[in-house]
Amino acid sequence: MKGSLIVLCFFIAGCMLGTTNLLPSGIQESHLSTYILYALMLQVGISIGSNPNLKAIIRQIRWKFLLIPLATVTGTLLFSACASLLLTQWSVFDCMAVGSGFAYYSLSSILITQLKEASLGVQLAAELGTIALLANIFREMIALLGTPLLVRYFGKLAPISAAGVNSMDVVLPMISQFSGKDMIPIAIFHGILIDLSVPVFVSLFCRL
Amino acid sequence: MFIIIGIMFTGVAIGYLFKNLSFLRNTEKTISYTIILLLFILGLSIGSNKLIIDNLAAFGWQAAVIALSATCGSILASWMTLKLFFKKGGKR
Repeated sequence: MKGSLIVLCFFIAGCMLGTTNLLPSGIQESHLSTYILYALMLQVGISIGSNPNLKAIIRQIRWKFLLIPLATVTGTLLFSACASLLLTQWSVFDCMAVGSGFAYYSLSSILITQLKEASLGVQLAAELGTIALLANIFREMIALLGTPLLVRYFGKLAPISAAGVNSMDVVLPMISQFSGKDMIPIAIFHGILIDLSVPVFVSLFCRL
Repeated sequence: MFIIIGIMFTGVAIGYLFKNLSFLRNTEKTISYTIILLLFILGLSIGSNKLIIDNLAAFGWQAAVIALSATCGSILASWMTLKLFFKKGGKR
């Protein structure tokens, strides 16, 4: 929990520093966060590779692990549809399109803004795209900060599903720490499948 | 995405080949520092994004409603999956 709070503090500090105009403008255009993500993935890889139980972990992979991404997709879409009851200005499919970003905020917001332009017009499409961006950032934060609690109350698969695509990168170290190292292959497998499903579902719900 | 997976597998190979080197075993610490840095940078890019900051009040609550219900839905579904398919027959 303490680790999550430190992460949250740094995130908020970053937001606040970002709103001031103290930073050189080049930071936005440089792909700094991408390179840090690469560095993170290299370290995650090293920690997996140097794990003495690596072979035992790989041997535990089963077909039923496919049920986890299936559960993530089903639960997300069903409850996103329910959210449209509260958000009366958006249709069921609009809400499902936002939900099917599965925390992939950059891709889902761009896709929604572009694909919805034809049916909603530029203004509303940009609004839904912004909602998608925010909603999927929120989801990443919930998974990243909530993992210790999610494991305690909903079991070791909960942070994997909550993280969506991020179960294979940003949230993976938290999953490994709180759900157990044996969850790493499941989390990566889950992340890859969800990642592939994002463009499919987002474009599907944008056309309905 | 394939670059990310490729880099991770490079890491797996490095970790596997050099697992006797002690400094490679400190990844847990360096990983948490990297996450802190990553989220700080994410914060920077969100904070300096006028589109997000100006619209936070207008769209923030709608985004929160969808994010909360979508995340809760997936948590409940995976909780049911754990109960139904992974707990039966004892521990794996």
